Amino acid sequence: MLSALPDARGHFGAYGGRFVSETLMDSLMTLEKEYLRMKKDPEFQAKFDQDLADYVGRPSPLYFAERLTRETGGAQIWLKREDLNHTGAHKVNNTIGQALLASFLGKKRIIAETGAGQHGVATATVCARLGLECHVFMGAEDVQRQSLNVYRMKLLGAQVHAVQSGTRTLKDAMNDAMRDWVSHVDDTFYIIGTVAGPHPYPLLVRDFQSVIGRETRRQALEKTGKLPDALVACVGGGSNAIGMFYPFLGDESVEMYGVEAGGLGIETGQHAAPLCAGRPGVLHGNRTYLMEDENGQIAGTHSVSAGLDYPGVGPEHAWLKDIGRANYVSVTDNEALDGFRMLTRVEGIMPALETAHAVAYGVKKAAEMDKDQMLVINISGRGDKDIHTIAQLDGIEI
Amino acid sequence: MSRIEGVMKALKEQDRKALIPYITAGDPHPDVTVDLMHTLVSAGADIIELGVPFSDPMADGPVIQLACERSLKHGTSLRQVIGMVKEFRKQDDKTPVVLMGYLNPMEAMGYEAFAEAAADAGVDGILTVDLPPEEADDVAPLFTSRNLDAIFLLAPTTIDERIQAIAEHSSGYVYYVSFKGVTGAAKINVDEVAAKVAHIHEMTALPVGVGFGIRDAETAAAVGRVSDGVIVGSVLVDTIARNQADTEELKRALTDLLHPMREALDSLAS
Repeated sequence: MLSALPDARGHFGAYGGRFVSETLMDSLMTLEKEYLRMKKDPEFQAKFDQDLADYVGRPSPLYFAERLTRETGGAQIWLKREDLNHTGAHKVNNTIGQALLASFLGKKRIIAETGAGQHGVATATVCARLGLECHVFMGAEDVQRQSLNVYRMKLLGAQVHAVQSGTRTLKDAMNDAMRDWVSHVDDTFYIIGTVAGPHPYPLLVRDFQSVIGRETRRQALEKTGKLPDALVACVGGGSNAIGMFYPFLGDESVEMYGVEAGGLGIETGQHAAPLCAGRPGVLHGNRTYLMEDENGQIAGTHSVSAGLDYPGVGPEHAWLKDIGRANYVSVTDNEALDGFRMLTRVEGIMPALETAHAVAYGVKKAAEMDKDQMLVINISGRGDKDIHTIAQLDGIEI
Repeated sequence: MSRIEGVMKALKEQDRKALIPYITAGDPHPDVTVDLMHTLVSAGADIIELGVPFSDPMADGPVIQLACERSLKHGTSLRQVIGMVKEFRKQDDKTPVVLMGYLNPMEAMGYEAFAEAAADAGVDGILTVDLPPEEADDVAPLFTSRNLDAIFLLAPTTIDERIQAIAEHSSGYVYYVSFKGVTGAAKINVDEVAAKVAHIHEMTALPVGVGFGIRDAETAAAVGRVSDGVIVGSVLVDTIARNQADTEELKRALTDLLHPMREALDSLAS
C-alpha cells in the first residue's frame, strides 16, 4: 500500500532515514517511540482534534471559486481555505500537534526554524498558549524580507535569532536550529516546520497535516458527490502538499501536482525546485532531492517567496515523484505574482506568495481540463505577510 | 592490520596516548594543506583527521563552519582532498589519515568511486558525522573491503545498546564526543568523560579517542589520562584563521600549540 510508508527505519523507498550526529539519535528514537504510542492513544487524538476545532477554527471551508472558474474557462476550481486557520496558514496544524507531544515529553524549551515566518508565528503562538520558552531561528535575509512576521513572533514572546551564516536563508536557519538542539538536547523540543528532517519528523508532520486532505476528501464528496480530479499545492519542504495528498494516495483517479518555486526560471539556475531540477543527496537528516553542485555542496536558492526558498524537499515527495504517483512542476516568480494578483482581484482572497505558486499552476492546469472536472488548490496561507514584498515590486512605499 | 590499528597498537605497547589533530582541507588555501599536514606530524601528531569541507556543517560550531567557507571559496572538492592525501603519502607512509566530513560530498562522488580513490591515495579511515551505523549498511562494506577503517561517533547520550552496536560496526578507533554540543563550544567535564570512557572500555576492545573541547596541554593531559587518544580541532582551526596571511608563521603557531600537548601526553607515561 502506498500509504504504508515510511518503514520502521523511516525510509520512503530510497529516501528519508535518519542522518544526524550521534548526540541526537537518542532523542529521535525516544520521539519516534512516544509519537507512535500517542498516535494510537485516543486521548491524545481527541485533544488534538479539539484544539484543531476550537483553537485553529477547523474544518476550513472547501470553497467553490466561481468567478475564477469562469475566468479560467476549464475545470471547476475549488479552494481549500487553510488561510482561514488561526495564524493564517496551515502551519498551525502541525505546531499544535508537536507542542502537545512536547508537553507530553515534559520539554519546556521549544526551538523552531522558519523561512517566511509562518511556521515561526505558528510555533510562537502555541508556545504562548502553553507557556513554553520559544526560540525561532531565521536567516538574516529572511528577517529583513519578513519584518512583519518577525514582529508578530516577538509580540508572542518568542526570541528570534537572525542567522548570519551561509546563505542566510531557511537552510541555514535549520542548521542553526540543529546546532542549538545538540547543545540543549536534554530540555529542548525541536518543532520542525515541514515534512523534512530526520525520521520521525516527516512522518509526524505529515500525520498532523493530513487533516487537510481528509477534510477535502469528505467535503468534496458532500458538496459534489465525487472525488476531485486534480489536487494542486505548493512545495517548499512540502508539508501543506503532503497534508493534502496523503489521504488521496490510494485514490488512483486523483491526480496530484506539487508546485515548486521556479524563481527566475529553471534554466537560469536561480530557483528553488529540487524535485524539478535537483538530484538525490543527504541534508538535514534525510536523503531526498537536493539542489547541489557537482561536488555535493548545497547550492544557493532563489525564490520571491521566503517560505519556498529551500534547497531540499520532504523525502515522501521524493518517493512520490520517483514512483510517478505525484507530478512536480514549477512556476516562476513572475507567474506566481500574476497568480497572487489574479486570486486577489477575482475572488477577494489574498494568498501568501508560496500559495500563489499553486494558484498560478492550478489556473493553468484547470484551463486544460474539462468543465465537468474538479480541481482543488490548497490555499496554504494568507498574503498579509507578503504585502511589503508586493508593494516594493510595485514601487510603492508603505 | 590497518595503519591505524598498527599505530594504536604500538602506542599502547609504549603506554602512550594518541594525539590526533584535525584541520579542514583547503583552509586557508588548498596549496598549503599538505605542508600543514607534515607540520602536524613534526609537532607530534600520531594520526591526522583531515576535514572534507561541506557547505552545511550542522554538527560544527562557527570556527569550523568558517574554515569550510574559506576552503570552499577556492572550490575545494572531495577529489582534491583525496589528491592532497596522495601528495602527503609521497613523503609520509607512516602517519594514518582519516577523512572526516559529511555524507553528501561522498554521495555526490559515488560511494564506490570514493572508496576506491581514497584507498588508492593512502587514506586510512573514514569518519562521517551524519552517517550513523543504521544507515551505513550499503556504504561501510565498500570501505572495509578496501581496508579503510569506518570510524563512528559515540556521544554522552548514546545508550548501552547502541554503544555495543556502534563498536561492532567500527574499526581503528571510536570517537567519543565529550559533551552535548557543537565543535569548539564548551569546556569539557573530565570526570564525566572519564566515567563514560571507562564504561565504553568495558564494552569494546577498540581504542577510544576523545574529541570536542580539548584546547591546551592541560585538557589534553586530563583527557589523555582516561582515554586512548585526544582529538584536537577547533583550537587549531582557529589558529589557522588568525594566521592565514603568513604560512611560515602559521606553521610555527600550529607547532607551538601542538607540541606542548604532545609533551603533556607523553609525560603521562612516566
